[in-house]
Amino acid sequence: MSLIERAHLDADIRTAEPRPAFAVLSVNEHPAAWIVAVLLLIMPLIANGFFLIEIFGQTLILGIIALSLMFLAGYGGMVSLMQLTVAGFAGYMVAVFGVSGNANISLGWPWWLAMPVALVLATLFGTLGGALAVRTEGIYTIMITLAIGAAFFYFTNQNWAIFNGHTGINTVATPHFWGIDWRADIPFYYLTLAIAALCYFAVLYLSRAPFGLALQGVRDNPRRMAALGFNVNAHRVAAYALAAFIAALGGVLQVWDYHQISPGSVAVERCIDILIIAVVGGITRPVGPFIGAFIFVMLRTFALDFLVKIGLDGNRFRLLIGIGFLVIVFWSSDGVVGLYERWRRSGKPAATHPRGGGGHG
Amino acid sequence: MDRVADRLSAFGSTAALELRGVTRMFGALAALTDVTITVQPGERRAVLGSNGAGKTTLFNCVTGDFPPSSGTIRFFGEDVTGFPPHERIRRGLRRTYQISALFPGLMVRDNVYLACCGVSRGRFSLLRPRANDVLMHAAERLIEAVHLSAVSERRVSELAHGQQRQLEIALALAGAPRLILFDEPAAGLSPAERRELIEILTSLPSHIGYIIIEHDMDVALRVVESVTMMHNGRIFKEGLPQEIESDPEVQELYLGGGHE
Repeated sequence: MSLIERAHLDADIRTAEPRPAFAVLSVNEHPAAWIVAVLLLIMPLIANGFFLIEIFGQTLILGIIALSLMFLAGYGGMVSLMQLTVAGFAGYMVAVFGVSGNANISLGWPWWLAMPVALVLATLFGTLGGALAVRTEGIYTIMITLAIGAAFFYFTNQNWAIFNGHTGINTVATPHFWGIDWRADIPFYYLTLAIAALCYFAVLYLSRAPFGLALQGVRDNPRRMAALGFNVNAHRVAAYALAAFIAALGGVLQVWDYHQISPGSVAVERCIDILIIAVVGGITRPVGPFIGAFIFVMLRTFALDFLVKIGLDGNRFRLLIGIGFLVIVFWSSDGVVGLYERWRRSGKPAATHPRGGGGHG
Repeated sequence: MDRVADRLSAFGSTAALELRGVTRMFGALAALTDVTITVQPGERRAVLGSNGAGKTTLFNCVTGDFPPSSGTIRFFGEDVTGFPPHERIRRGLRRTYQISALFPGLMVRDNVYLACCGVSRGRFSLLRPRANDVLMHAAERLIEAVHLSAVSERRVSELAHGQQRQLEIALALAGAPRLILFDEPAAGLSPAERRELIEILTSLPSHIGYIIIEHDMDVALRVVESVTMMHNGRIFKEGLPQEIESDPEVQELYLGGGHE
């Protein structure tokens, strides 16, 4: 309703705002976005290795995976809980086809062969899952994708031939080329930042391309879309394919970051973390998942110390995340991004989340 | 009408739309019973009938929104009975909705642009349209045709009801329509807007046929050359507008207190 109010205000100067309400109103136009972009670029000068990788690297990686959920849920209206599973599948494939400490399993292919194969297989995996999920709507989509996630977790736990059971695959090799160790802190940070930026701008761009517009049309009125000649289910499956590719990129970075992957990395709680990240950040804008990931990573990293300091059990940090989740969903169904937008529109100062934009690349 | 007869001979037996014994059940309720209709290419026909006569169900069966329980539907000679809606649309069938079914968060231009994409090969394009995009130009021409150029950059949610009805028609005109189903296009329009609607309908190229559901006889009978009267899910009468208008049974049923 506030959008409409705003629209009336803008009506007199309608040439000034030729873009539609959803998808855009990009952060690009905002000076804070430029500050964040510059900060992210010079981050290695400011932050030490721990912050660079454990905080910002993790934020960007989880942000990429949550971005794939934002794309599906925000533009397509499909809540998929298997995006982390797709990412984990890509990670496993990098470990299986590439070089690792488990020589009995890994095929030892060079990274430039193992990585594309992993991306293709994970995209295929996500597309097949999507093809199953699009036969359902709403809560059943959530159930099916959750079932795929849970099935994959138990499968990796019990399969020793490929996934090496509950121990997983360790000491996964990371790429070295042009004389650079791409897993060294600074190169890895920039690699992650570049891929996150690519995914972010790709999703932003797609939202106004025919495919993205049609996806939003499918979300709002599938029956009308069919009456315009669109094959609604084909469009949905294609969206799953695209989201799977984005999630797979995040999964490859994740396995390179940790050098290992095990069933714990694809557990059901991890799948739900991605949902929490996307919802807390906001699923209406591509920047939301990165903001959500930043909040999540900060809590995950520092809540433990904080809890211990005030005399509570540090292992309860998930309680803090849960309460935060509850508070944000209660106050703003479109996450921090929505909260921020309402704040700005109500005429208050813009700088409400000084570090909130820390994630968007 | 001579025009219809001429076309009949010119096109041989290939009707634009041919329904044979179409029945649609909702549980035990028959919304349509044994409906047989033939519409020639370029023909303009009104479907009249009181509420619950089965007019909109007829449209839904033709477009494939609901498959018929029995019977066959041919579109330009092709049996489309088992086709999903989008396959029928791509063959030149179009429809509008009684209650506007638009994309309120999008600009007028994007609504029409989407409609143009839907019936082209650009449906899955990952590239944004460029300034000289063919489909975007097509969209702009359509917006002009329905007199909405002045608001083409407005969001649909900002449009007046009458403008939304005009946009409904623009969406149905995208691509190369051969037969359009208009579901009460005049609903809720002012007299001035009705005149505009009549002008839009009568200025459509003659190869585009349509079937129109319309309660307003002044609109309906001015834009069609044949009339089908429905009652309780059955075809009750078919004929020329004048015949139907003066038919005592029709007047009994519909014109005189036919509205339940």
